[in-house]
Parts: sequence; C-alpha cells; structure tokens
Amino acid sequence: MYAFEYHRPSSIDEAVALITSDDIQFLSGGQTLIPTLKQRLAMPDALVDLGGIEALRGIRREGDHVIIGAGTRHAEVAASDTVAGAIPALAHLASQIGDAQVRNRGTIGGSVANADPSADYPAAVIGLGATVRTNRREIAGDDYFQDLFTTALEPGELITEIAFPIPEVAAYAKFAQAASGYAIAGVMVARMPGGAVRVGVTGAAPYALRATALEVALAADFSPAAAKAVTISADGLNSDLHATPAYRAALVSVLAARAVAACGG
Amino acid sequence: MTETATRTVGTSVKRTEDARFLTGRGRYTDDLHRPGQVHACFVRSPHAHARVLDVDGAPAMAIPGVVAVLTGADMAAEGIGGLPCGWQVIGKGGVPMQEPPHPPLALDRVRTVGDAVAVVLAENRHAARDGAEAVVVDYDPLPAVAHVADAARPGAPLVHDDVPGNVCYDWDIGDKAAADAAFAGAAHVTRLDLVNNRLIPNAVEPRAALGEYDPADGSYTLTTTSQNPHVIRLLMCAFVLNLPEHKVRVVAPDVGGGFGSKIFHYAEEAVVTWAAAKVGRPVKWTADRSESFMTDCHGRDHVTTAELALDAEGHFVGLRVRTLANMGAYLSTFASCVPTYLYATLLAGQYRTPAIYAEVKALFTHTTPVDAYRGAGRPEATYLLERIVEKAAHELDMDPADLRRRNFIQPDQFPYQTPVALAYDTGDYEASLNRALDLSEYAIFAERRAASEAKGKLRGRGLSCYIEACGIAPSAVAGALGARAGLYEAAEVRMNPTGSVTVFTGSHSHGQGHETTFAQIVADRLGVPMANVEIVHGDTSRIPFGMGTYGSRSLAVGGSAIVRAMDKIIDKGRKIAAHMLEAGEGDVEFSDGAFRVAGTDRSLTMGEVAFQAYVPHNFPHDTLEPGLDESAFYDPANFTFPAGTYVCEVEVDPDTGRVSVERFTAVDDFGTIINPMIVEGQVHGGVAQGLGQALLEGCAYDDDGQLMTGSYMDYAMPRAADIPDYRFDFTCTPCTHNPLGAKGCGEAGAIGSPPAIINAILDALEPLGVEDIAMPATPLAVWQAIQDARAPARAAE
Repeated sequence: MYAFEYHRPSSIDEAVALITSDDIQFLSGGQTLIPTLKQRLAMPDALVDLGGIEALRGIRREGDHVIIGAGTRHAEVAASDTVAGAIPALAHLASQIGDAQVRNRGTIGGSVANADPSADYPAAVIGLGATVRTNRREIAGDDYFQDLFTTALEPGELITEIAFPIPEVAAYAKFAQAASGYAIAGVMVARMPGGAVRVGVTGAAPYALRATALEVALAADFSPAAAKAVTISADGLNSDLHATPAYRAALVSVLAARAVAACGG
Repeated sequence: MTETATRTVGTSVKRTEDARFLTGRGRYTDDLHRPGQVHACFVRSPHAHARVLDVDGAPAMAIPGVVAVLTGADMAAEGIGGLPCGWQVIGKGGVPMQEPPHPPLALDRVRTVGDAVAVVLAENRHAARDGAEAVVVDYDPLPAVAHVADAARPGAPLVHDDVPGNVCYDWDIGDKAAADAAFAGAAHVTRLDLVNNRLIPNAVEPRAALGEYDPADGSYTLTTTSQNPHVIRLLMCAFVLNLPEHKVRVVAPDVGGGFGSKIFHYAEEAVVTWAAAKVGRPVKWTADRSESFMTDCHGRDHVTTAELALDAEGHFVGLRVRTLANMGAYLSTFASCVPTYLYATLLAGQYRTPAIYAEVKALFTHTTPVDAYRGAGRPEATYLLERIVEKAAHELDMDPADLRRRNFIQPDQFPYQTPVALAYDTGDYEASLNRALDLSEYAIFAERRAASEAKGKLRGRGLSCYIEACGIAPSAVAGALGARAGLYEAAEVRMNPTGSVTVFTGSHSHGQGHETTFAQIVADRLGVPMANVEIVHGDTSRIPFGMGTYGSRSLAVGGSAIVRAMDKIIDKGRKIAAHMLEAGEGDVEFSDGAFRVAGTDRSLTMGEVAFQAYVPHNFPHDTLEPGLDESAFYDPANFTFPAGTYVCEVEVDPDTGRVSVERFTAVDDFGTIINPMIVEGQVHGGVAQGLGQALLEGCAYDDDGQLMTGSYMDYAMPRAADIPDYRFDFTCTPCTHNPLGAKGCGEAGAIGSPPAIINAILDALEPLGVEDIAMPATPLAVWQAIQDARAPARAAE
C-alpha cells in the first residue's frame, strides 16, 4: 500500500472533523478497504479509524426496533441474543457474511456505507425497511442505496447506527458466489406487523432494491409457490463471469421461495 | 545391542515432518533474510501483446531506496540466453517443434499479461514496488489471441512472427489406417467434443527466489521454490546464465506445495541469480498472489474432438482423437511433452481398444505458459476416455460398469502392449471396479435417487476407470521420445559411525511426506529405528544429481534408488561382517538389522558394522575399504501404471444448478503401499483438486488476453465444505519391475475424479434432456444447460 496518515479518534465529532478533503476516508472494519489499499488501488491521504469510538458499538432493543451500532462486527450481530430473539433472520444473515476472519473484523456500518452490490446487509436494510442513522440525519432504507457503490451519504457523513423494525417473521436466503462468498443473489423476505410484505434483494442489481412483484404476490399468498411463480425481469440485472442477468432473475424467485419456506410460510 | 526395529512398511506412521510444519518451524525461501539483501519487484506488462518501444528506469532510480533497474537489454548485452524447453517433440513428417526464444526479461515484445520487462531492486519490498511503478515503459499494443481454437484460425494474430499459424507442433500417434478401418466397420460410433478447462495451480506458498553471489570464490547460490533443484541448476547454468555448475548451488528448502507448477525453470530464478552478482548483494523476490495467478505456469487447456467405434457386442474397436493444446506465449520447461507423450499415450486407458489414432496440434497464444499440473496430460486423456465410454453406454443403453468390464484388459493379458506406445506391466481392473461398486453401494443407488427426488433434487452417478503412467521414466524411452534429460533418480545412503543413517535423495518433498515414507523403507531394510534415519533433500551441494519430484515418481523411482543404495550398503556390510566374524562372505546373512553367520549364534548389528567401517583398525586394506557410504542411480525399466475406479454420486438442485458431491468412492491400485495414511492423504488432495477442476476452477481470459480470474474473488478453489466424505479402499497388483513394487499415488485423485463427477452430473440431468456440460460445472453452467435443454422442448410444444 501507499503511505497515508492515520488517525484514531475516540468520538464521532472528532472523527467527522478529521474529514477535511475527499482524499481522507473513514476506516471501519477494513474488509474491503484494506485489501484495496494493499493492491494499491486506492491512495488516500489519510484514514480515520473508527475503531476507537465506543459510541458506534453495540446492539440494543428500542421498542419495536433493534438498533445496531455502525461499528458492530458481523460476528457480534450473528451471536447477539438480542438480534436472535427479535430478528433471527438478521443474525442468520450476519453469520453467512464472508468467513470467520471477515466476520470478526467487518462492521455493519462499513458494509452499508460501502454498498457493494453483492454484500448481504443491504438486503436486510431494504427487506426489513431499516433506517440508516447518521451524524446528521435519518435516511429511510428505501432511499439509501442509489447505485453501484453509491448511497445517499454525503461527503463526511458518518453512519452511527441502523434501526431495524422487528418483523412478524423474516428470513434471508443467499446464493453465494463460489470464489468470493459474496451473494450472486440474496433475498430477505419479511412480513411486518400488520401484514405488509417486504422483499429486499442484493447481488442481482447494481444496488439493493425491493422486489415489488414478489411483495405483491406474497401479500396475496405468503407461500413458496407464490414466490416461485413470480417471473423477475432480467433487465438491468448484473452480468459477470459467475452469473447472467437471466440466471440472477431466476435465482431471485427461487431464493424468495426458500426464504418464505424458512419463514414457515 | 540386539534391538530389532519394528516393521513400519505398510503402517500409517505419523509424518515426522509435520511437527515442524505445524509449529511454524518450517523454513521456506521467503523466511530467509540475508545481510544486505535487496528486494526485487518485476515490471510486468499489462498488455497481452505489445511492442516495447522504450523502457525508462530513470524515474525509478529517483525513488528513495531503489538500488538498480535492470532490463532485458542489460541481460542481452551480457549474452544471457533464453529459458529452454526440456523436451523436443517431433511432429508429423519429422518436423521438429518450434522453439521461439524466451528471454527472462522481455526485449522488444511482450507476449502475455505479466511478461516481465524489467526488474527493480531496492532496499525493501515497498521501495521496490514504488520503483517498479515508476519505470516508464512505452508499449505499442498489438492484437492478441488467448483461446487455442482462435489461435488456430487463419489470420489469427501471431504470437511469434516466425512461427506460422502459431503452430508449435502438429503431432500424431497411432495407426491412422487401422483406426479408419475400424470406424468403417463399426456397428456404433459415439462422438464427443469437449474442452479440458484451463487451471491455475495455486500452491499455498507463492514462488520465491533468493540469489546470492560470493565474490571470494565466484560462486552463486540460488534458493528457490523448486521441485527439482538439480534440474534448475542444470538448465539455468547451461542454457541461460552460462555459469559452470560447480560454482552454482541451488537449494529448494521447505516448499509449500508444487503440483507441477514448481518443476519449471522460471525467469525470476535466473534474474535474481544474475542480478546478485550484478549489484553485489543478495537479491530476493517473492511473488504476491496476483503474480502467482499471472505467472505460475497454468495447466490443461485442451479442445478435443473424439470418436469411439464399437462393434455390435459393445467392444471398443477404434478410437480417434483430435486435440488442440494451448502452450501459452512461450514453451515452458516440459510443456511440449504434456499433451503428447503424457496424454495421447494414455488413450488406451484400461481397455483393449485395438486401433487408436490421435492428432495433437500445439499452439502458442498470448497467455501464461501452460505446463504440467497434477496429472499432466493424463487427466486430459482420462477425462476424454471416461466421458466417451460413459456416453457410449448411455447411447447403447448399457450399464456403464458392464460396458467397461466387457472391454477391460484382462489380468492374464499382462504385460500388455497398447497401440499407443505404452506397455502395461500389470493390473487387475475388474478387481478395482468390483470393489468400488460394492463400496459405493452401486446396486441400491435407486433408493438414494428416490430419496433425493423426494427433496426436489436430481441424483446422478458416474464412473471413471482411470489409468496413469507414473514413475517417469526409463531414460532410453524418454530420450527416444525427445527428452533432453535422463529421468533416473539418485540416492546416497550413508551409515554414520554410531549406526544412524543419513539418506541423500534427488527426490524433493513439498508436501508428499518423503521424510517419513523414505525413512520407513530405510528403517525396515537396514533394521534401524526410524528416529535414526535422516532424509536429506533439496540442496545440490549435498545431494547427488537427481531429477526431482513430479509425475508420481518419488517412491517408484527415488525410493527404488534408495533401495539400490541400501543393497550396496548391505553388500559392503556383509564383507565387513565376514571379516570381523572371521567367516566366509557367502556364509553371512543379513536380516532384521543384523549380519549373522549362518548356522551359528555369531552376529553383528548394522550399527556395530558401521562403527567398524569407520574404525577400521584391522581391515585388510587391499580388499576392504573403510567407510559405509553408497550411492545408486536407478533408471526404471518401465513406467508404472497405477489404476483404479472412482464412483461419484451428486445431487443437483435444478432450481439453482448447484451440484453437491454426496458420495465419492475411490479404489486405487498403487501396488505396494508404504504408508497408507500418507497415500490416503494424497488421494484426498488429488480428488479435491479434481473436484475443483470439475466444479469450480476455470481460468478465464477475455478475447484480448486479459486474465479475468486473477484472484480468489473470481477463481474458486475447493474448500473443506465442498469436499465429501470419501469411501476408500485399495487393491494391489505390485509393480513388476521395481524393487518396491510401488506404482505412485500423487496424481491419481486429480486424474480419475473429474470424469466421474461430470458423468454423475450428466446422469442426474439425463431426465431433463441435458447431454453435455462443460467443466467447471458451475451453478450457472448447470442451470444454463437445464434451460437450454428445456428450450427446444418448449419450442416443440
């Protein structure tokens, strides 16, 4: 990697104040950023390590929400009794991210800020209708992901925590790419209190989004067969060595059906 | 001192080398740090094909810590030669293969992504890399060709201007007229087009090289990640650097896996050795993983058309094969022999097919050189043969096991001369097949298929009856076929004065467990405890001139050399014992570690004899030399022919295309087995690699020659969770022509498993109308095959 300055602030305000140019970046778990630096694909002037900010850590329940601090590691979410009790699908999702080393370093805030099109957490943000809380505001999950690696975050804006509404029932089904372990497609299906159905899809498109056709079908009939019967359009879906748009489209229905089955639907 | 060592051969002695590996005490090339060493970083081409108009190292020299920038022109100015190919293939009509030059650092042209144009030496790795980025190379990009079928087309970009049509050689083997006649009279012909997918080796330890020069005596030392240090020394001294061998020492210390990729003499080895003298400091280079993907020789990459002719009773009467083989941009050390003498000679398989004709056209492309990778040619032959045999069985509605059985070479037919050069010494193919069918519960497969169907999965079963030629090779045969080296192995067995034994072997262990297996052989034969046996390998200044480890040759050839040296030790010991015991030499017998005078209670242990050998106070020096130290060079009489049957069962998820291997049964005939645990481990690893080829690994270049699978983000290696529980057994027909009866086991798993897996997938998908699937059978490939099979059915509705 190229040389850079390194800061390790202990408060959110301090961290934000250190971002004085576009060439200064936050460093959270570093599971994307550090390999990028090691391959010399990025040359920041400075990194602001968020690892020393206690306020960004932790998991708590607030009424009908589970709140996860942005600096909380995947392994902590996967092992959290609070998460498992309220949204077991979210704990299950976290347990499937990367490998044990990644889960022990990577953070939810880092993942959601990076907005990799194949990352797992975005499916949960969309599928559960989460709210992304930053040092400046609250952003509805539906408005947060905007394009490939592009989010509603403004320069210098820092995710502090993510608030997940507790669904009546939810499940996440993932089809992992064999080499990287990232999702070729991943689908979070949730039935919210009141009966609304949300379906969040990651991996298939340039950014995580809701599968409205599936939501409509499942609102009418919350069954695996209903999900499988939905034909997803391949238009605009991702294409790479590992999957064609048509394959991803087919997987989304199949995974949605599996998620519904896992919901007991 | 009448200890009798316990017999260890045939028992699963724990690996003695593992203590140091598991406790982090292995010593690898990159672990070595020499005083004053500089670090090398290569400037590598981002283009698959380009003219190099200028290389400007001056900006790099301005980087703090950069010591030197050296280019191909610097090497050429000193008369440094190109990297040689060790095997000359003579094509049709006596036309020798094309051997275009392969300068260690490119001169006016780069021919593959990763071709090195310069090397930067610096005080540390970071400065070296900074320097390499600062070197300004003026490239003029040219059209490139990456895929072998494209390289064969008229008008394809030329990799070497003086190699017309990119053809390295156009070679054939077998009797064309006999094969054509067999097809003319055949009752049934099965045809198959297939691709043997290109693989990237991925040893856990990246390649590394450390060059040193001692101006005191003008000597060089190269420490390198090699499977055969003497071969590297010979090639580098005689062909590249023009150095006298006695002034060059090559050391291959602990090496973390090779799989063939560390056989070859690579440019970096020559460059660091040369540069060390140039700058007067040790020069170290360690590949990063991206460099490994780009520059370690790749494997396989065949495009083949095959036809099998059968008579009305299902006997194979003829086989015709046409193969295009990708050589990459340059001929690597053994590249030329892989798709010829290690491939087409195996096309008889386990069968009595009387007429075989194969044509192989080898072509250059703008890609990384392709050379031997675990199995080297034999996986390609086995894949072809076992796919087409299985396809024939399906077409004829015969049980695939029965069709094979009907065509097996029978035990009473050995030695068996195939129509493609090889003469098999021994085997019992039906024994392995029957055991594998039993072990896999072949007869009650239908129950398991029904259970899978109840879960919405498709279950299939595939067979593969492989044979391989190992123990390369009788030097006379190899030489007649174009090898530029002998392929014997060397060993020295040194009894130390206090009775311990040091064995120097030309074989090289980089995961095989030689320190254990060889010590078992020595301990048993000489009657000393294993703990008193040290196996020394990997250092040309210590070991005799041996050829190294590849082609499953270490035990069959290297082990046999050790046995021959021990025979000489015992003969000499007998002389010493006869003298000491005042007996006639013919009356002294050696067994269980002791020399005994027949019919008496007078005896001496090997240890006592060894001591006397070095304290020869009353030796008759005109007839008995002091010392007990013997060496042997063993040149095998024939190849060895391990063979066996693999049975694979898969479940396919028709919705996602995902394949899971549910059951894998391997029954191998490796001849005599020294350490069953180590052998099982070799088969485990080999099958894992075969599973990788069949399901996961596919090296991909785009049409411009850019490597699309240049990291673990896109190149999938098998992980523990991908590997099934194995069912294992062995049958044994000992090799008839080496003193151990051993055949070799290192490559079998990688050779036998891919067709078993693909056959199983096709069996599973047969109800859906899928007739072919290419490796790797990724979820996408399987799903797509299912869609494609459904599409015409839909269209017909």
